[in-house]
Amino acid sequence: MKKTINLNVNGVAHTDEVEPRLLLVHYLRDVLELTGTHVGCETSLCGACTVMIDGQAVKSCTMFAVQADGSSITTIEGFAKNGELHPVQEGFWERHGLQCGYCTPGMIVTAAQLLERNANPSREEICHGLEGNLCRCTGYQHIIEAVEYAAKNVRSKV
Amino acid sequence: MANKYVGQRVKRTEDPRLIKGLAHYVDDITLPGMLHVAFVRSVYAHARINGIDTSAALATPGVVAVYTGADVADKIGQVPCAGALPDLKVPDHRVLAKDKVYFMGHPIAAVVAKDRYAARDGAELVMVDYEELPVVTDVEEAAKGGTVIHDGFGDNIAYRLTSGEGDIDAAFAAADRTVKQRVLHQRLAPIAMEPRGVLARYFPGEEELTLWSSTQIPHLMRTQVALMIGIPENKLRVITPEVGGGFGSKLNVYAEEALLGWISMQLAKPVKWIETRRENMQATIHGRGQIGDIEVAFKNDGTLTGLRYSVFADLGAYHQLLTPAIPTLTGLMLSGAYKIPAIQMNITACFTNKMATDAYRGAGRPEATYIVERGLDLVAADLGMDPADVRRKNFPAANEFPFHTATGLDYDSGDYEAALDKAQKIAGYAKLREDQKKAREEGRLIGIGVSTYVEICALGPSQAMPAGGWESATVRIEPTGKVTILTGASPHGQGQETSFAQIAADELGVNMNDVTVIHGDTGVVQYGIGTFGSRATAVGGTAVFIAIQKLKEKADKIAAHMLKADASRISFEGGKYSLEKAAAAAATTGVSDPVVPVGEAPAGALPEPQTDGHSGVTIQEIALAAHIAKDLPPDTEPGLSATYFFEPKNFTFPFGTHIAVVEVDRETGDIEFLRYIAVDDCGKVINPLLVDGQLHGGIVQSIGQAMYEEVVYNEDGQLVTGTLMDYAVPRASHIPNFELDRTETPTPVNPLGVKGVGEAGTIGATPAIVGAIVDALSPFGVTHLDMPIKPEHVWRIINRG
Repeated sequence: MKKTINLNVNGVAHTDEVEPRLLLVHYLRDVLELTGTHVGCETSLCGACTVMIDGQAVKSCTMFAVQADGSSITTIEGFAKNGELHPVQEGFWERHGLQCGYCTPGMIVTAAQLLERNANPSREEICHGLEGNLCRCTGYQHIIEAVEYAAKNVRSKV
Repeated sequence: MANKYVGQRVKRTEDPRLIKGLAHYVDDITLPGMLHVAFVRSVYAHARINGIDTSAALATPGVVAVYTGADVADKIGQVPCAGALPDLKVPDHRVLAKDKVYFMGHPIAAVVAKDRYAARDGAELVMVDYEELPVVTDVEEAAKGGTVIHDGFGDNIAYRLTSGEGDIDAAFAAADRTVKQRVLHQRLAPIAMEPRGVLARYFPGEEELTLWSSTQIPHLMRTQVALMIGIPENKLRVITPEVGGGFGSKLNVYAEEALLGWISMQLAKPVKWIETRRENMQATIHGRGQIGDIEVAFKNDGTLTGLRYSVFADLGAYHQLLTPAIPTLTGLMLSGAYKIPAIQMNITACFTNKMATDAYRGAGRPEATYIVERGLDLVAADLGMDPADVRRKNFPAANEFPFHTATGLDYDSGDYEAALDKAQKIAGYAKLREDQKKAREEGRLIGIGVSTYVEICALGPSQAMPAGGWESATVRIEPTGKVTILTGASPHGQGQETSFAQIAADELGVNMNDVTVIHGDTGVVQYGIGTFGSRATAVGGTAVFIAIQKLKEKADKIAAHMLKADASRISFEGGKYSLEKAAAAAATTGVSDPVVPVGEAPAGALPEPQTDGHSGVTIQEIALAAHIAKDLPPDTEPGLSATYFFEPKNFTFPFGTHIAVVEVDRETGDIEFLRYIAVDDCGKVINPLLVDGQLHGGIVQSIGQAMYEEVVYNEDGQLVTGTLMDYAVPRASHIPNFELDRTETPTPVNPLGVKGVGEAGTIGATPAIVGAIVDALSPFGVTHLDMPIKPEHVWRIINRG
């Protein structure tokens, strides 16, 4: 009953035989051992499991691995390049955008997509963009500031 | 000593691993041969178990074992409760239900399998023969008797307690006026983003068990689990890897933690259980859950003379670690920030067919603050006074501290008026009130809420705590000059790896990069209590601070010896011991400072510090000399480390003023924040960035309680809010733009002057928010609303005509 899937994760090609019912998040975590993507609710309500699939932020806890066959995925582990943090990662560090860190990978992935779509978001647009991601520690204020910091940083580098 | 780090907005050292996705939470750890556990949990709130058929589960591919209550009843001890109260009824609380289930989610069987999917498959096939029993979910119904939940107790009342000082009857008899209000504190779910999880590994040869658990209290858990499963405590190691939030929900010892350890011992295999969010909603402790009557006696000028709170506390079906103690914490804080000569609290704590309530961020104190602050608002409304003025009238003055309350506490220090002044100034309070008046004339519904809270933190003196209220620290300088701190206060997001390193780096005069804070491993760290009750910095940070002073006493002696001078002629500054000028002049001149080629030592040999004739030596160089130990002062132990267990003499009492400004939409009942001002005083601040983060997070949890969150069981005891779809946690778009400021009143209780800040937001904010909404609706005659205040409710008030 196992199916073969081919996908690219963080620039590395993978071919694996998986059960059709295997959730993408479990494939990433248990098979590829990329444990930076977290599971917080199993119902796509908290966003801790968010990864980038073909350029779109997707909640990997409610998607089967077989549905991702042929896709290109970036997880949080793929965000820092050549030892340099992604601007959103930098923003989260600079502005204390995390406490326990559990929601953080999903938040960063979602925020990165937000900035790709809108390089100069207003506070309201940031809040709207992050609505699918829950954080219980920070009260969001520093996360919003982290995204603002990243946006400013990216703009100044362009 | 000048502070390079303390008081600065230092970025966190724990962040790089977290933002790169390289940190390890329990579920990120995989061990060879690891098995997975899934639980079968009761689908009924109250039922007799007439039989359990595990045969189909055992036949499921991948399933290795199934354990039921009968398998473990005489093997594993009770889930512990540390709350000691006179005549407390304590139900027999086993790790798996045997004959009866008492709440939805009650664990019945554990299915062990080769992977997590097979474990779930197996759990689906365990057949439980239930016989439904009458259910009691309403706490006041439970108090009446009727259906008795635990046979043999005769009723559902776990305990009754009356507390307080002063002549309460006389206060009410002599009062000019009184107000009375029924107030609900709804049940809340803590919702740490990382659910609970346990990984257990037993080595039968060494007879050693290691538990990785997402807990706030590794050492207390080690003691309790060792007792529960009968393993010597020194053969059990508890490790808390990264912990994804707790908020009190992981300040506990749960059935699953002991059971996983025991299963690993049976199978001699690593076993892992990771809680699903659905399980988390059902079987991780809830918070709050009080309904009661508040009565306030006062004079015509607004002076408070008495306060009485008679409350039904909804404990749930069982006691978890601190379940019965939480309502008593409410009783302690009923004086709020005010002089109230007579206070009385009457608790009726009852069992219900629900999950246990226990410590959720604030733990009994948000209830107290809410009650007192709502009471003050009612007094203000009754007298037609401004709510800020009523508060100001009843504050103890700054020179009245230590201030004794009629709840038996001695508040350490405070200047409540200064915080109120500052908050009102930031808010532009007088203008706000004028604007509100104008807006009302235009038909707009704007409300202003004020809360002048005080909280009890730095828990606490051991006399007042069930299992010790001290905290421990070891500070060690390694031969290479690196500083290692071992703290018993293991964090779960608070950032002690940074804040404790700040304290140590300043006190030792070293670079923060040279300091590593180790925590959360009972195999490495000396016994500790944990992170809860806003205690980590005030108690644990103080332990670090004093351990450093002890270490420096020894370093002082070695420095004097190395510099060949009397200790009295040596000073310590910026990490370096130097001879005083006169002594230095007498020593050889023109020689550079001693240089120890740290890290360049030839293999197998440590460099020897060369200090003769030099004018100074760093504490890191002293560490090397202390380890090489070839030339130490007489009777000096080699090595350079110190351990200190700090016992605080009192709690600390942070305080502040929160002002919320809201506007209610007449058409939709929607509530929007216009302003949110918070002036908090948590004593001395180690890292303002982290303090702001704690406040934001706490205030938003208050917003959750005031406007969104509510654990709902229906009359059958079914948990209606079983997922994050039904339980509304605040999202980014729900928050106001915070305007934070501080006053700083150090505590005399510890040498750092630190009071604690972890729970301030959940304690101070809720009454300000509710007060603002009530104020906005006051044109409709509203003087109180129960939480969560939802748009539908507001809309009905506006439209009832």
